[in-house]
Order: sequence, then structure tokens, then C-alpha cells
Amino acid sequence: MARLAMVIDTRLCVGCADCVVACKTENDVPEGFCRDWIVEQVQGAYPTPRLEIRSERCNHCDHPPCVGCCPTGASHVHRYGGVVLVDHDACIGCKACMAACPYDARFTNPKGYADKCTFCIHRVEKGQKPACVSVCPTHCMHFGDLDDPESEVAQLLRSRPNHALLPAAGTGPRVFYLT
Amino acid sequence: MDEITSTRMNHGIDPALHVWGWEIPVYLYLGGIVAGLMILAGYHILKAGRQQEKVSYPYAPVLGVVLLSLGMGALFLDLAHKVQVWRLYTTFAITSPMSWGSWILQLVYPALIAAAILHPPERVPFGQALLARVRGWSAWLHDRPRLVQTIGLANLGLGIALGIYTGILLGAFGARPLWNSAILGPLFLFSGLSTAAALMHLLAMVQRRGIDDDGYADALLAGVFRLMDPTHCRHIMMRFDASFLTIELAIIALWLIGLVSGSAVQQQAAALILGGAWTAAFWAGVVILGILMPLLLQGLELAGRIRHTVIPAILVLAGGFILRWVLVGAGQATGWN
Repeated sequence: MARLAMVIDTRLCVGCADCVVACKTENDVPEGFCRDWIVEQVQGAYPTPRLEIRSERCNHCDHPPCVGCCPTGASHVHRYGGVVLVDHDACIGCKACMAACPYDARFTNPKGYADKCTFCIHRVEKGQKPACVSVCPTHCMHFGDLDDPESEVAQLLRSRPNHALLPAAGTGPRVFYLT
Repeated sequence: MDEITSTRMNHGIDPALHVWGWEIPVYLYLGGIVAGLMILAGYHILKAGRQQEKVSYPYAPVLGVVLLSLGMGALFLDLAHKVQVWRLYTTFAITSPMSWGSWILQLVYPALIAAAILHPPERVPFGQALLARVRGWSAWLHDRPRLVQTIGLANLGLGIALGIYTGILLGAFGARPLWNSAILGPLFLFSGLSTAAALMHLLAMVQRRGIDDDGYADALLAGVFRLMDPTHCRHIMMRFDASFLTIELAIIALWLIGLVSGSAVQQQAAALILGGAWTAAFWAGVVILGILMPLLLQGLELAGRIRHTVIPAILVLAGGFILRWVLVGAGQATGWN
């Protein structure tokens, strides 16, 4: 089974938020909410501070705690690519998945169900890239199968220094940032 | 410097997680009291069976059904997708504490109702025909000591499971360092026991004072400890409560030791109640008012140094709620970032 992953080059990302707008448009994300967002992290001190700009979203973890805690099975791992999804009709809106996510990547859709990034699975299953990846003006976002050694994402992770978010949380995140 | 700026501002998530309001602390609180009532009732059903001791809690199960229904009502109000609530009771997810809880609750109701049937009320304002039928069921049950014992064991076992579940529900969230400890299970169990004992203690006090000598309200309350001398009952409940509170205090100490000696994120979480925003509510509300003061007052009352009052029981009941309120509120604000 494929393990879909996203690799984002923080040396190219300028934080333009095109990915955010594309996601909101493609997925009809309700006003006031977002499934992906921009984070700017400044570390160190003058004269050598380090700025990292990241486009963040659900990490579609290998060991997703949001799936394990769901009492109805609404949160599940999709058969294709191991993408973590929510079955809106099966979700009771208990918000346990939101408490379980160390990335705070989920929110309650005004219609009542838990909402989050889907890696645009509806596009991926048709052979397209996620909306955010397809619109990035600096081409800093890459998407593909982590288990395929010839995939662009696997090659980038082999060739460039990178990190995932909160690795100590032990969830096995599959969104990586090239540094 | 390590400064993070985010464009995300999702309601209920930012700037700090706050997805659970008053409903969940109320649900956990009432669930804990019901767990305590079941354990006390189960214990005394078994004890009465073995030793023929005239001790019973006929209305504890009825009270449990009422409180549990109120708690589940609060849980229902918290759900954002209420129309799908039935799925909670038709699915079993083995890794989900909430799913375990929903199935435990489905077993708790019949166990409580069976325990209630064992001791029907003396009088009821209406439904005499139903009362006569329940008395028939009660007599049928009493003719079968093994069945009575099974009901006692079911109440004891399910009460323990329910009490622990209310803590594990929070303790299983690895993403929230303040909660992520299995010790929350025993903590909520003993808090449930202390609040249940306090509630029974309070009812025994009300019974002693009497509301209406000939009325149904008095008959109902008298039935809570029908076969017991109220003074004797108060003393038993105070001793129970003092034991439960002492154990609760020890568990809180162990939980804090675990947090402050844990990882960096656990130490940050502990800072919320050790100098941070929730410090006053936790130490003043939970530890001092909810545990230390009742222990002191009950000790003085048992020693005959001060007059007996309802204050310790009220403080324990308030402290039990504040514990859930602080833990649910503060725990959400903790994370890995």
C-alpha cells in the first residue's frame, strides 16, 4: 500500500498563503476556518537568527491518535495511501480527535462534524496533485508515495536535510520540511 | 529566541484548544458520583447477603439512574453532530476509551435498575399498581440469593469500571501532557467514591432533620437509609469519606510527582497548576476546600470537638466538581508545542 506524504522546501516557501486559498476554494472550507495555514518560526539571536516559513496541515500520521480514539470509526485511515480521513456522516462531533491531535490540525465544521486536510484525496485518486501543491508559485511543495524509492518525495528526503513536526509525540507524521 | 507566528485561527482550537466546555466536567462529575453510588450499593448488597447485616441503600440505585441520565444529557449537549449520537451505541471501537464508556454505560443502567428493584420504596405518590408489581419482582429476587449476589457484584464491578473510565477518558490523550497519566483513572474513581459518600452523608443529614413527617418526600429520603440509624450512617459515611479523601490526596501527590519529574512538556503542563493560570482553582478549590477542610472538619466532628454539620459533605461535593472543571479546562490548554 502506498504511503502518501508531502515534502515542503522551507528555503523556497515565501509564506504567500496561496496554498491556504487554494485549499479553501477547492474544499469549500467554511469562512473563518482553515485546513492548512502558514507558520513563521524565528529561532536564535541577532546577528544570526534563523527564519523558517512552513505551510502546515494535518500530518496524516502513520500512527494517528485521532483514529484510535474515535468512538464511532468516523476517523479512519483510507485504503489508498494511508490518508487519514473523517466520514462526516459517522462523526458524532464528540471532539475527542481534536483533543488527541498534538498538531491541533482539526476543527469542528459548523455542520457539526470534525474537519481537516484530506490531502485532496478526491483529486489524488484521479491522478491529480492536492490543490495546495498544484498552485504553489515557488514550487516548494511536493507530493508522492514515501514507500516508492523513485518518487520525488523519497528522493528529496534522501538528498536534503529535513525534519517533521513534533517527532517526540510519536505519531509518525508524513509531512516533512526540507531545511 | 524561539518565536512562532501562525495564520491559523480556528474557533475552539486557537489560541489554545478549548473544545470542551461545562458539559464534559458535569458529565465526568455525575458519572463519578454514580460510580461511587454503585460501588457503595454493590458492597452493601454483598455484605448484607453474607452477614445478614441490616444495612442497605435502597435509593442509591434510583439516585444513580437520575444522576447518570443528567450526566448523559450533558454529554449529549456537548456533541456537535447530535443527529448521529446513535452511532455511539451501535459501534464498538476497542482502542477508544469513549467507546468503552458508552458500552459500560449501557450495562450500568440495567445493573442500577436491578439493584433498585431489590429495595422498592415504602410509599409512592402514584403508580401503586407498578409498585405492587416491583415488590413482587423484589420478593422473587430475594428468594434467589445467588442472583442478589450477582446484582451486588455487577454494581460493584461496573461502578469501578465507570469510575476508572471517567479518568482514563482523559488519561488516554497522549497529546495533552497534563492528562496523559493512567493515574487519572484511580484519581477519578476515589473522587467519585468520596463525592458519593458525601452525597449519602448529606441525604442522611436531611433525613435526620426531616422535611415532612408524613409526606412522600420524607418517606423517600428515609428510604435511603431505611434500615439504618441515621447517626450511625453519618458516622459510617464520614469514615468512608475520610478514607477516600486521604487516598485521593495521595493520588494527587503521585500525579504531581509524575508530572514534575516527567518530560519537558509534562513539566510545562504542571506549571499551569504550580504557579500558572489554574493554580488558585486547583489548590484552593480542589485541595484545600475539597479535601483538607472536609478532612479536618470530619476529624473534629468524629472526635466530638465540634458540632456535626453538612459543611464537610458540601465541600467534598464542590471539590469533586472543581477537580473535573480544572482538569478538563487546564488539560486542554496543554500540548506538545
